[in-house]
Amino acid sequence: MAMRVHIKGGRLVDPKHGVDRPADLYIAEGRVAGIASAPRGFEPERVIDATGLVVAPGLVDLAARLREPGLEYKATLESEMLAAVAGGVTSLACPPDTDPPLDEPGLVEMLTRRASSLNLARVYPVGALTAKLGGERLTEMAELRDHGCIAFSQAEVPLADTQVLWRALQYAATFGLPVWLRPQDPHLAHGGVAHDGEVATRLGLPGIPAFAETIALGAILQLVRVTGTRVHLCRLSARESVEMVRVAKRDGLPVTCDVSAHHLHLSELDLGYFDSHCHVVPPFRSRRDREALSAALADGTIDAVCSDHTPVDDDAKQLPFGESEPGATGLELLLPLTLKWSREVRLPLVQALARATSEPARILGIDAGHLGIGAPADVCVFDPETYFTVAPSGLRSMGKNTPFLGYELPGVVRWTLVAGEVRFERG
Amino acid sequence: MPLRDAEALCAELVKKLRPAVTPATGMVGIHTGGAWLAERLHRELGLALPLGRLDISFYRDDYRKSGLHKSVKASQIPFDVGDRRLLLVDDVLYTGRTVRAAMNELFDYGRPESIALVVLVDRGERQLPICAQYCGTTVAVAKGAMLRLDRNDAGRLSLRLDDA
Amino acid sequence: MRNPQLNSNGELTHLLTLEGLPREIIVNILDTAESFLGVTEREVKKVPLLRGMSVFNVFFENSTRTRTTFEIAAKRLSADVINLNVSTSSTQKGETLLDTVDNLAAMHADMFVVRHAQSGAPHMIARHVGPERHVINAGDGRHAHPTQGLLDAYTIRHYKKEFSALTVAIVGDILHSRVARSLIHALTILGTPEVRVIGPQTLLPAGVESLGVRVFPDMRKGLAGADVVVMLRLQNERMGGPLLPSAQEFFKYYGLTPDKLALAKPDAIVMHPGPMNRGIEIDSAVADGPHSVILPQVTFGIAVRMAVMSILGGS
Repeated sequence: MAMRVHIKGGRLVDPKHGVDRPADLYIAEGRVAGIASAPRGFEPERVIDATGLVVAPGLVDLAARLREPGLEYKATLESEMLAAVAGGVTSLACPPDTDPPLDEPGLVEMLTRRASSLNLARVYPVGALTAKLGGERLTEMAELRDHGCIAFSQAEVPLADTQVLWRALQYAATFGLPVWLRPQDPHLAHGGVAHDGEVATRLGLPGIPAFAETIALGAILQLVRVTGTRVHLCRLSARESVEMVRVAKRDGLPVTCDVSAHHLHLSELDLGYFDSHCHVVPPFRSRRDREALSAALADGTIDAVCSDHTPVDDDAKQLPFGESEPGATGLELLLPLTLKWSREVRLPLVQALARATSEPARILGIDAGHLGIGAPADVCVFDPETYFTVAPSGLRSMGKNTPFLGYELPGVVRWTLVAGEVRFERG
Repeated sequence: MPLRDAEALCAELVKKLRPAVTPATGMVGIHTGGAWLAERLHRELGLALPLGRLDISFYRDDYRKSGLHKSVKASQIPFDVGDRRLLLVDDVLYTGRTVRAAMNELFDYGRPESIALVVLVDRGERQLPICAQYCGTTVAVAKGAMLRLDRNDAGRLSLRLDDA
Repeated sequence: MRNPQLNSNGELTHLLTLEGLPREIIVNILDTAESFLGVTEREVKKVPLLRGMSVFNVFFENSTRTRTTFEIAAKRLSADVINLNVSTSSTQKGETLLDTVDNLAAMHADMFVVRHAQSGAPHMIARHVGPERHVINAGDGRHAHPTQGLLDAYTIRHYKKEFSALTVAIVGDILHSRVARSLIHALTILGTPEVRVIGPQTLLPAGVESLGVRVFPDMRKGLAGADVVVMLRLQNERMGGPLLPSAQEFFKYYGLTPDKLALAKPDAIVMHPGPMNRGIEIDSAVADGPHSVILPQVTFGIAVRMAVMSILGGS
């Protein structure tokens, strides 16, 4: 089963170990067995010619909706896991907002068993923080952890009140469990579909003010000071939020945060003439917000970039903006969008890729996102120079809903290996 | 062939029309050249009723093909059309479609007793069964060329031929 | 991004919003409307321009007034008119918006007049129906009501002749008003130097100054020296909640009364898109008084809609 693989002639980029140099990679028994020079007596069963290509750790995606169980008309585990490996993603965390939500050990086990039987990417489920995601009753977090949940979240569903938020953080801290939260005050955001600013005013769209995020973020950070819970803040969208996180980290709070790859590139201006592909949560905010997010990811205030992959069926997008379902497909665009970003902020590849490999792995607490000797052989071999045009036919995900349709993006994945086995190969 | 002098043609039309007009005669000129000509004829003939002007943009038969004409002017008929003898005035009679549109529009104002057509020039290229009861002259024009009436600031009328 | 309202020849092929339209196109519509006004004074109030064409009034949001004026305008152009109150029929059966439009197109509709509660719905329909059919936005959510903006501009031009020296004040619920947005676009495109919006903060949208207006929370200051006062309708559901406490307090500070109107220019005109809430945004003495041009607005509205349909139908 476990093959011996020799990836030769490539440029090895391993952010965790600060490596960026031409070096061959040797894989045996599902792990990295040698770098630059072959282990003694190594006879490869497969040789991959990576000339002109980058050999990097497989990407670690903190948020990818697989839509199973329950939402199979939008996407299936199969289609989305194929999309993941086609995008060079070898480990991903999926949010708990399936149908039913991931609030019971049985459901979590079913999901992880099904995912691993597909033999594609590794799936790390995020459990529901409250029963049925109803925002009121805590779930059996310790039990869920024992069955595979690596963190707990409410996805997009608000908690009933700040009392529940406080108690949930306390309970999670008791067991040392991380809580992932997208900061948004549901009352201030109520009815809004776009960033409350000049574009929403011109287009006549109900707005979600930036302070809907910062007010909720303030409450979360205050509570973390008291409870000491490890909190990961999901999908920051406002520049003021970045400032608040900067202060919190400086004060030593145990917080991490991520940004969606889409928000690095798009702002409210991209809504154009009501393009429902730009209907996402949180909304695309102003240009200044976008620039602040991009700079914060570059300087590390924002730890990681994720795809926030959300496949939406065509019918749900072909509606007037306010009625359309929010979300964008993203697993296959995470690498290209990260590359495009790295060039805009002039960050060397080895540092930029950290945001999609070693950093998210650190947040998940898993041994992934790096290629040291002995590491699991999750590898992404890609061509950083070739551009491709984003088109529905080129996406393996069932979700063709992306604001980047027609864009030319860099970064074509040629091979993806998980545990030393080739799980994707571009024909 | 050189163009006849418009002023001379106009004077000839006035002579031909004078026996036919009465205090009850209504004159209507078609924008733009026909209206200019009508203004001159109306003054020279000393007609009792004020002059009517028609813009036929809303009655043209080429709307689907060419769209709505830019610079539509308002039509004004300051007298009752019903049971009246009318003189419909245009500068150049070409295919006859303008006159057809003008008549359709006139009938939306009322039912006249009769309509007589007055033109300065007939190009002889009719596509519809229309004829002018009072005509200054007939002239053959090269296919596709446009024959127009001009009026300078002093009010002097002249004919102009523009190539296709 | 190409303006979806214009075809490749730069002609108007849909009317979805006034924003971004070249000044010449707007002026052309106003000029054409003027020639249609004469038609209504004749014995036969019709012209044959749209004969053989069918105009479908597709109203997803109810409005008898607006629908009727579009119907009158279309019939005066000799078009066939079909009225569809979609809110009560197919969408309840689960038919999608685009399916409904496809069905109508298959019935050989040449022109769609669309009113919808969601901003952007007419844009979506226009993208979908292609260049041979024309879409007129009769009001979408808070976004736009372009024919209303045009008839308001026509009214102002009729009484004031020039825009270049005017002060126009728009009063009321700007936040929820598509009428206000369309009028602001019309006025700025036509070169109005001073456009003011007057209302409490709760009724002003974020970044409204970016539309090219000056904000006046104080109505008395905002009306000082105004040539035109446009009163917006205040809906009942806005009152008694987090936006406004009561009709009484609103009327006291933002209702147009004779004494407040006296602060505007002596020859100021008063406009209202209708229907009016007497005693809430406007006092009866003003609505029925010598400054009011609210009734002529309706007549101009028919001529403006005839102009829009005839320009679109020929493109």
